[in-house]
Amino acid sequence: MGFFVEVLISGLMAGVLYSLVALGFVLIFKASGVFNFAQGAMVLFAALTFVRLLDILKDTFAPIMLSLLITIVAMVLLAMAVERMVLRPLVNQPGISLFMATLGIAYFLDGFGQTIWGSDIYTLDIGIPKESIFILESVFEGGVLVASEDLIATVVAGLLVVTLAIFFQKTRIGRALRAVADDHQAAQSIGIPLNYIWVIVWTVAGLVALVAGVIWGSKLGVQFSLSLIALKALPVLILGGFESVLGAVIGGLIIGAGEKLSEIYLGPYVGGGIEYWFAYMLALGFLMFRPQGLFGEVHIDRV
Amino acid sequence: MFYREAGQFKTSYQSDQAVFPIFQDRVFIALWLLLAFVAVPLLANEYLFRAIFIPVIIMALAAIGLNLLVGYCGQVSLGTGAFMAVGAYAAYNFMIRADLNPLICFLLGGLSATCVGVLFGIPSLRIKGFYLAVATLALQFFTDWTFSRIDWFTNYTPSGSIAVQPVEVFGFAFDSPLKKYFLCLFVLVIFTVIAKNIVRGRIGRSWMATRDMDVAAEIIGIRPIYAKLSAFAVSSFYIGVAGALWAYIHLGSWEPLAFDINVSFSVLFMVIIGGLGSIVGGMLGAAFITLLPLLLNQLPVWLGFSMSTAMVSHLEFMIFGALIIFFLAVEPLGLARLWQLAKEKLRLWPFPH
Repeated sequence: MGFFVEVLISGLMAGVLYSLVALGFVLIFKASGVFNFAQGAMVLFAALTFVRLLDILKDTFAPIMLSLLITIVAMVLLAMAVERMVLRPLVNQPGISLFMATLGIAYFLDGFGQTIWGSDIYTLDIGIPKESIFILESVFEGGVLVASEDLIATVVAGLLVVTLAIFFQKTRIGRALRAVADDHQAAQSIGIPLNYIWVIVWTVAGLVALVAGVIWGSKLGVQFSLSLIALKALPVLILGGFESVLGAVIGGLIIGAGEKLSEIYLGPYVGGGIEYWFAYMLALGFLMFRPQGLFGEVHIDRV
Repeated sequence: MFYREAGQFKTSYQSDQAVFPIFQDRVFIALWLLLAFVAVPLLANEYLFRAIFIPVIIMALAAIGLNLLVGYCGQVSLGTGAFMAVGAYAAYNFMIRADLNPLICFLLGGLSATCVGVLFGIPSLRIKGFYLAVATLALQFFTDWTFSRIDWFTNYTPSGSIAVQPVEVFGFAFDSPLKKYFLCLFVLVIFTVIAKNIVRGRIGRSWMATRDMDVAAEIIGIRPIYAKLSAFAVSSFYIGVAGALWAYIHLGSWEPLAFDINVSFSVLFMVIIGGLGSIVGGMLGAAFITLLPLLLNQLPVWLGFSMSTAMVSHLEFMIFGALIIFFLAVEPLGLARLWQLAKEKLRLWPFPH
C-alpha cells in the first residue's frame, strides 16, 4: 500500500508540472481562441534565458532577482512580437491556421533560444532543497518517500492557480480578458483594446511558462527535451477542457498519476514504456466520448 | 509564361475537362518529364541522386498524400510519421514473412497504412481542428512505441534497427542510385496523375466541400463519413507507400525512431509552405524543405566562414518557423500560388493589364 501511494504521489507531482504548462495553453485559448502549440517552446525559451542569465550575472549582488527580471522583460517582448507579427496579420483567420502558425512560433523559438543560449544541458540551481523526505509515517509502515522539490513545485503551482483566479475574477484587466474570451467583437465595441489584451495574455502565459520552466529545469536540467515533454499538456487539455483553469490542474493530475500507475502496474505486461503514449490514448478515448473534456464548455464544433 | 492561348477553342467536353487545357502547358509538362526522365539521369552524379533527387521525390509523394488530407479535406494530421512508419514496417514484414514481390510489398505497406488511417480517421467524424490534431498525435506516439517495443515487427533484431533486403523485381535488382531514381520517379508520376484526377473528380469535390463548410456539404448530400474516411484512406495510402519507399530506397536501414514526430512536422511544413490544396505545392514544398538544410550547410562554406552543425540546425528551425508564419500570414496558398501568380503576370507581360 505504501508503494502504491508513493507511485501515486510521484505521478501527481509529475502531473503538477503538466498542469503548469497546460495553464499557459488555457489562458491563451480563453482569451484569444488560439490553440497555442508553442507553449512548450516558451517553457524551454524562458528556462534557457533564465539559466543562462543566472550564469552570466552570477557575480552581481542579486543574480536570481536580476535574471528573473530580465527574463520577465524578455517574455513581455516575446508577447509583443507574437502579437505584432503573428496574431495581427492572422486576425479573423480560421483557428486551424492560427494553430499552424503557433507551430511555426514553436519551431522559431526552439531554434532562436538555442542559437543565442546554446543547446547543452544546463543545471539550474536556485536553492530549492532536493533531498527526499518521508511523510505520512504514522499512516503507513516506513512512510512515503517524496522529493521536497516536488512539494515546493506543488505549492508554487497552487499559488499560481489562486493568483490567476484572483487576477481573472477581481481585477479590471482580468474582467477585460474574460470579456474578450466571451466575444471578441462585443468586447471591442465597448472599448476594450484587443491588441493590448492579447499582449497581456501572452505575457501572462509567458510568465506561467517561466515558472514551469524554472521548476522543471531545476528538476531535470534545462534542455531541449523540455519542449517535447510539454506536448503532454495537449492530452491534459483534452481531459480537462480547453477553457477551464481548474480543468487544466485536475487533468494534469489525472494524466500524471495515470501514466505512472499504468507504467508500474501494466507496463511489465507489454514491455514497458506505456508512459510514452498513455496520456494521448486516454485523451483519444475522451475525444470519442466526451470531447469537451471534464470541465470544458459544451460549445465544441460537432461535426 | 511567354505565350498566349489565343485561338485555342474548346470544341468538345473532353477538351474542356482536360487537365492541361492549354497547348503550351502540355508542352511545358512534357519538357519537365523529359528533364526528369532523360536529362537528370544523363547529367546527375551519384551524390545528387542520393542526397537530393531520391529524397525529394519520396517526400513529394508523402506531401501530396498529406495535402489530400489537410489541403483538400481540411483535416489536420500530425500523424504523418506514423503512417510512414506503418508503411515501412508493413512492407518489411510482408517481404520477410511472405516473400512477395517488393513492389507488391510497397503497395501492401500502403494498404496497411490505409487501414490504420481509416481507424484513426474515425475520431474526425466527431471532432475537428486541433482536437483532431491531438488525436493524430496519439497515433504518432503509439506507433513510435509499438515499433520500438514490440519485437515481432522488427523481426526480433536485438537493437530494434532494421536493415532491408535488396529490392529485386523479377530478377531485376534496383541496386544503383540511377535505378532507384527511376523507380521512385515512376511511382511519383503514376501517383500524381491519380491524385490529380481524384481531386478533379467527385471524391475530390466532396472533400473540398467538406473542407469549406461541413454542414453545407452535408446538406447538399455529401456524407461526411465517406468524404472524411476516404480522404484519410487515400492520404494514408500515399503516405504509407512513401514510407515504404523512404525505408527501402532512401534509408536502407533505420533506427526505431526514424519516423518520429519530427517527420510529421516536416511533411506538414512541406504542405503549408508548398501550398495547401495543390498537387504541385506538395512537390515544391518537398523540394524546398529538403533542399534548405543542404543549402544552409553549404552556405558557410561558400561564404568562407565556419558554422557548427548545431548552429546550422538551430538556424534551420528558426527559418522553418519564420517561413511557416510568413506563408500563413502573407500567402496561405504557398509556393504553388506564387508560381501561379508569376505565370499570370508573365502572360500579360509586358503590358500592365
